[in-house]
Amino acid sequence: MKHIDEYRDKKLVDLLLKQIWETSKTPVRLMEVCGGHTVAIRKFGIPELLPSTIKLLSGPGCPVCVTGKSFIDKAIKLSKIPETIITTYGDLMRVPGSSSTLENERANGAEIRMVYSPLDSIEIAKEYPSKKIFFPGIGFETTSPATAVTVLQAKKEKLDNFFLLSAHKIMPPAMEMLIDDEVQIDGYICPGHVSTITGSGIYNGIVENFGLGCVITGFEPVDLLQGILMLVKQFESGNPKVEIQYKRAVKAVGNIKALKLLDEVFELKDDWWRGLGNVPKSGLKLKTEFKKFDAELNFQLNLPEPKEEKGCICGEILKGLKLPSDCKMFGKICTPENPVGACMVSTEGSCQAFYKYQL
Amino acid sequence: MCLSIPAKIVSINGEKARVSLGGAEYNAALNLVEHAKIGDYVLLHSGFAIQIIDEKEAMETMQLLNEVIKKEKENE
Ligand code: SF4
Repeated sequence: MKHIDEYRDKKLVDLLLKQIWETSKTPVRLMEVCGGHTVAIRKFGIPELLPSTIKLLSGPGCPVCVTGKSFIDKAIKLSKIPETIITTYGDLMRVPGSSSTLENERANGAEIRMVYSPLDSIEIAKEYPSKKIFFPGIGFETTSPATAVTVLQAKKEKLDNFFLLSAHKIMPPAMEMLIDDEVQIDGYICPGHVSTITGSGIYNGIVENFGLGCVITGFEPVDLLQGILMLVKQFESGNPKVEIQYKRAVKAVGNIKALKLLDEVFELKDDWWRGLGNVPKSGLKLKTEFKKFDAELNFQLNLPEPKEEKGCICGEILKGLKLPSDCKMFGKICTPENPVGACMVSTEGSCQAFYKYQL
Repeated sequence: MCLSIPAKIVSINGEKARVSLGGAEYNAALNLVEHAKIGDYVLLHSGFAIQIIDEKEAMETMQLLNEVIKKEKENE
């Protein structure tokens, strides 16, 4: 397939590996923050190909993994309101709340529909004007613009029965907090599709304030290896900066149209992340003029943040402090079929990626 | 969740397009991109085209890498 196969070319992979082996002298710890990268790195067996000087760490970039259980609890609470339909991405169905999942609730009779696009919620809201439609919105800058379009559409159609439960988050504050938390990182493999929307400027603070290199990288083997090579070169020459490897999809200015829509609909709020706790100005909530669509404001949803599963070390894994294999439950009690924690449920979670592609 | 896949636009109707991906066709909302044309590759994410793939940049990346390979062969 075009724009995929050429980036899996063996000759190019070999060339980049050779250059990486020649360039890398000093031990370096690189963190990928995007769940999509975690999966690609495991799937293509990248760590096994690299010299022992390069250590790859997974960070907090799987939206399902960093979202607290209370979000699922809230969605479940909403699903119990009479005459309600929950429209959701499939990713959320099996994520455990404190005592149930959306999948279980559906089996018990709640009306929960999986949607391909958030805009499908608008069609459903129009079709069932007497029902309330709730869309639990989750994801980073890649995903939130689609939600913004959906909310604007709801406004345009003058809907009274569409509501958003927002757990949308932005990436940079979490990336900065990790460095502050003294997680040992020497450079960031920056998320390609988040950056498609935001552009490269959001990482300037990481270079300026912390002296860490940031390379925005694509998702195929050639992309990943080229990104790693760029970071290693920066590190070896003591010249950290923001660079774009994934130029076919990322412009320095980002996607201006999408950024405008985000700005029109959302504003920043403090938000809770699994592993990191409260991160100031890292979440998105609807601006006041859209408050009629805000599920949090229009329904009684205040629930305490529930306790994490006993023994699940998802939080430490999301900070790059531990590996899934350090968890006693990994692969034994906790598997993709019977996940204990969010990092095993999500297709982009570190635990699931390690489990699926372990050698 | 953040997975976005390159898909080719096969038809456009206002803000909606049909895109082809590995032989199957899908809907793609065009609200987030500007000047998308039939034949463009877009990154498809949760039913939206989130960016048009820049063919020129894609070609340059490939050319640069292939040139290095050529040079290495010549030096051998
Ligand atoms: S293996 Fe399961 S229990 Fe252990 S950290 Fe991962 S998700 Fe949590």
